[in-house]
Amino acid sequence: MDAVLFWTFALIAVACAVNLIWQRHPIASAISLIGVMGSLAVLYLLLGAEFIAAVQVIIYAGAIMVLFVFVIMLLNAGREERTPGSRLARYLGLPLLATLVIQMGYLVARPTRLSERVELGSFATSTKQIGRELFGRYLLPFEVTSILILAAIVGAVALARRQDPAEGAGEPGEKESA
Amino acid sequence: MSPPPLSWYLLLSAVLFGLGVAGFLFKRNIITVFMSIELMLNAVNLSFVAFAYQWKQVDGHLFVFFVIVVAAAEAAVGLAIILAVFRNRGTLNPDELGQMRR
Repeated sequence: MDAVLFWTFALIAVACAVNLIWQRHPIASAISLIGVMGSLAVLYLLLGAEFIAAVQVIIYAGAIMVLFVFVIMLLNAGREERTPGSRLARYLGLPLLATLVIQMGYLVARPTRLSERVELGSFATSTKQIGRELFGRYLLPFEVTSILILAAIVGAVALARRQDPAEGAGEPGEKESA
Repeated sequence: MSPPPLSWYLLLSAVLFGLGVAGFLFKRNIITVFMSIELMLNAVNLSFVAFAYQWKQVDGHLFVFFVIVVAAAEAAVGLAIILAVFRNRGTLNPDELGQMRR
């Protein structure tokens, strides 16, 4: 059962990630990314992280992807053009990717303590445990993230504000004064 | 079929991270490049959860929680920057966005 779930959702995740790169329309890529995030949420459940699985679906697949889809629709982004540029990507990208995957595969395939089988339910964390840690030892980082989010909200509003046409189309000084 | 070992989760994480790097390098739409970054963050989150399982510690889950929060802030600011850049430059192709000033 665990193996079937793992293989099903691992393959879905990889297929969706490949599709994200393959598709040329940003909406198709966004939907593929939602597929990756949803299948990763199932894998989190297999690893006993029920709170993280829920947060993954609510925040990542929900909030962040809605933001992406809104921006794609707002900018009316069409199919991306194929450009002949980026020699760096053409010559270095695939060898680097192959090196990474081969190295990781080699390191991971050797028998180590990581060869332990993952049994569903052998390590179950409750939301209560996470809450205790979050508001205990991790209270300071938690408060700092709230300040970070406040700064992000202000920054996003300042950056995305539509400029006044009287001030001329898009002077850089506009952003600095905002 | 016996349950998969923990190393397979880490391998999947590496594959997803590699695909994210590939998308970052190959894609020619700045929004999709941004999505590739999110894919890489997700791959790292899978590693965190896998190691949390390995050590039977809840700390890894908290790191994932913070990564998700920071990713949300990053997505909001990044997409706002994309909006501003598109409004000024009229393109989403990163090849044509080589310089920050006009």
